[in-house]
Amino acid sequence: MAMESITGRSASRSKTLTPLVWAQRNLFSSIGNTMLTLASAYLLWLTIPPVLDFTIFSAVWTGTTREACLAPGAGMCWPFIWANIDQFIYGRYPPEEIWRVNLTFALGIAVIVPMLIPGLPARRLNLVLLLIVYPLVAIVLLAGDRPGLPPVPTSEWGGLLVTLVVAITGIVASLPLGVLLALGRRSEMPAIRMFCIIFIEFWRGVPLITVLFMASVMLPLFLPEGMNPDNLLRCLVGVALFSSAYMAEVVRGGLQAIPAGQYEAARALGLTYWQAMGQVVLPQALRHVIPGIVNTFIGLFKDTTLVLIVGIFDLLGQMRAQLADPNWTIPQGALTGYIFAALVFWVFCFGMSQYSNFMERRLDTTRER
Amino acid sequence: MKNPLVALIVGILIGVGGLYFFLPYDPLARSGRQADAGASQQAEEGERMAAGDTLRRVRQRGFIQCGVSQGLPGFSNPDERGRWSGIDADFCRAMAAAIFGNAEQVRFRPLSAKDRFTALQSGEIDILSRNTTWTMSRDTQLGFNFVGVTYYDGQSFMVRKAAGIKTTADLAGATICTETGTTTELNLADYFRSRGLSYRVLSFEKNDEAIVAYDRGRCDAYTTDASGLYATRLKLADPDANMILSEIISKEPLGPAVRQGDPQWENIARWTLNALLEAEELGVTSENLDEMLKSENPRVKRLLGLEGAYGSTMGISNDWAANAIRAVGNYGEMFERNVGKATPLGIERGLNALWTNGGLQYAPPVR
Repeated sequence: MAMESITGRSASRSKTLTPLVWAQRNLFSSIGNTMLTLASAYLLWLTIPPVLDFTIFSAVWTGTTREACLAPGAGMCWPFIWANIDQFIYGRYPPEEIWRVNLTFALGIAVIVPMLIPGLPARRLNLVLLLIVYPLVAIVLLAGDRPGLPPVPTSEWGGLLVTLVVAITGIVASLPLGVLLALGRRSEMPAIRMFCIIFIEFWRGVPLITVLFMASVMLPLFLPEGMNPDNLLRCLVGVALFSSAYMAEVVRGGLQAIPAGQYEAARALGLTYWQAMGQVVLPQALRHVIPGIVNTFIGLFKDTTLVLIVGIFDLLGQMRAQLADPNWTIPQGALTGYIFAALVFWVFCFGMSQYSNFMERRLDTTRER
Repeated sequence: MKNPLVALIVGILIGVGGLYFFLPYDPLARSGRQADAGASQQAEEGERMAAGDTLRRVRQRGFIQCGVSQGLPGFSNPDERGRWSGIDADFCRAMAAAIFGNAEQVRFRPLSAKDRFTALQSGEIDILSRNTTWTMSRDTQLGFNFVGVTYYDGQSFMVRKAAGIKTTADLAGATICTETGTTTELNLADYFRSRGLSYRVLSFEKNDEAIVAYDRGRCDAYTTDASGLYATRLKLADPDANMILSEIISKEPLGPAVRQGDPQWENIARWTLNALLEAEELGVTSENLDEMLKSENPRVKRLLGLEGAYGSTMGISNDWAANAIRAVGNYGEMFERNVGKATPLGIERGLNALWTNGGLQYAPPVR
């Protein structure tokens, strides 16, 4: 959407300006600008052609073995990606059970997409489906151990599946928890306020890598032997608590921007605390901090790669594990894998940021009205 | 609903509640699919440290939990179908075959170098088969026992063939690439100092940087463990122009480890490895196993469980070794399939040849 408005504007301008005049006005208007333009063009010339050459022009597109990518000067090795694509998406999930992951992905899209499109009816039903029914169905489908669904331990999950499970759990859990913590931190009840402050400052004060390490390595030593909560579950809880502390501070920023008069007026009308917060203060506050919220989501999405250190293979970890396969060890292997992983992460993060831009603009128009 | 926030919060609470309700039933619980897992849990914990307990729990669970690396070529790495392959992974399969008669009753748990020991101590895994160097402190202080050596590794050098370097003595005055902060760097210093040879070291933070530097000719040699050198060579622009010196300057015996205090489980692990070595010495392979079962050689008969009751003294069936060999082959087959000449790694047997062929691999007899 942002792209459209920019191109729309320049299109209307170019009716009156020839490209030459446009370039003169915008790129070569002064000596300083001319030098900057030339320097930028030189930098682009230095970087873009080699990147395009590696990823597209000298890339190897077909083949089934590592020999295909061993030609001198060969670029990105796509056969490595194609051959391992199942690993990148599903990890070591048993091949005959992969339909369960696909079904989970499809159901996820079916409940999330209608939620993201504004103005569709039956939102309440959709919310219930998304937040209650879908997680339960997804757990049963993915973990199994039900009639007709053989169990698949989480140690065999991997790749994009783990990335999405960790990120979505973190995102879905952190927003409501963060809102509650933010309200708690501004509460007038000292016990609740102290609890929220301690919680937030504790989780903000430790690095995520420490949290995951504690959950994975230290926790089993404290628990009685034989009692081992699932490794992935430990990480999910760690990530959710960690991100909710960040979310709380983002939401608190929004709450601070709302004049106290809003809340006082709502209370004067006879609304309860929760009604006033839920219907007057929070809708305005959250709208202010959409960029911050999405920022946290994107950060969380990328932080999921840290689960590798506790032996869970997310997309990046799985990619690195596949690089260890001697049948695919090639000089450009690491570069190929990292570029592919970066591409996948970029698609998700860019999608999130575009959606947040769209929501911001949509909510802005309602405010102008 | 009037208040979307309340709906959201209620939704989350129910969702979290659902999670709590659902999860204990699934395979995440360690006791597996036992219907009365909850009831037997208490009793299980009480008896946990008793000798022979690991085998009982493995049987009850239905599979071995095997700790492997997060990807080391030829030792434990997932292949493109997601199956763990490599010497370390195959050793766990051999144990599963010895215990259950089915090599697939094993689950692999990839572990980083940092959390591998905790995983074994806390009982998350039954055996650590993860290219771990057997050292005295690990054996005596960490509460494990190593059961043998699956691969005799050691630090060596990779050089360009064109450079005409044949032995480490030719490396005098050479520039050597390595990684910082590893024992590799210390071994290098020890070795050259003790021989009074001069050298220049160029250390890098990451393995990949060191390889690039070597490939671009910034140094004359690259050093790390020999098994790693073979994998590294594949990443060079022209692997065939480089060679790995046969000399080894440090001892890195890699082997599987088990928790201390369960001699029965330790015996099963140790003798599975010994049986694979013995099988190679006796010429028993996964292919000729059926003929060998008719053999009159008393050593073969004892190994394959036709004479004596060697398996049942460890609490497993007498054809344990036959099952293990059928599943993964003898030690030589396992070596050749994963790291040997026919694989991209192309590692020579060297120290890992049988003692009868000038190597170090020697198994005590089955009798």
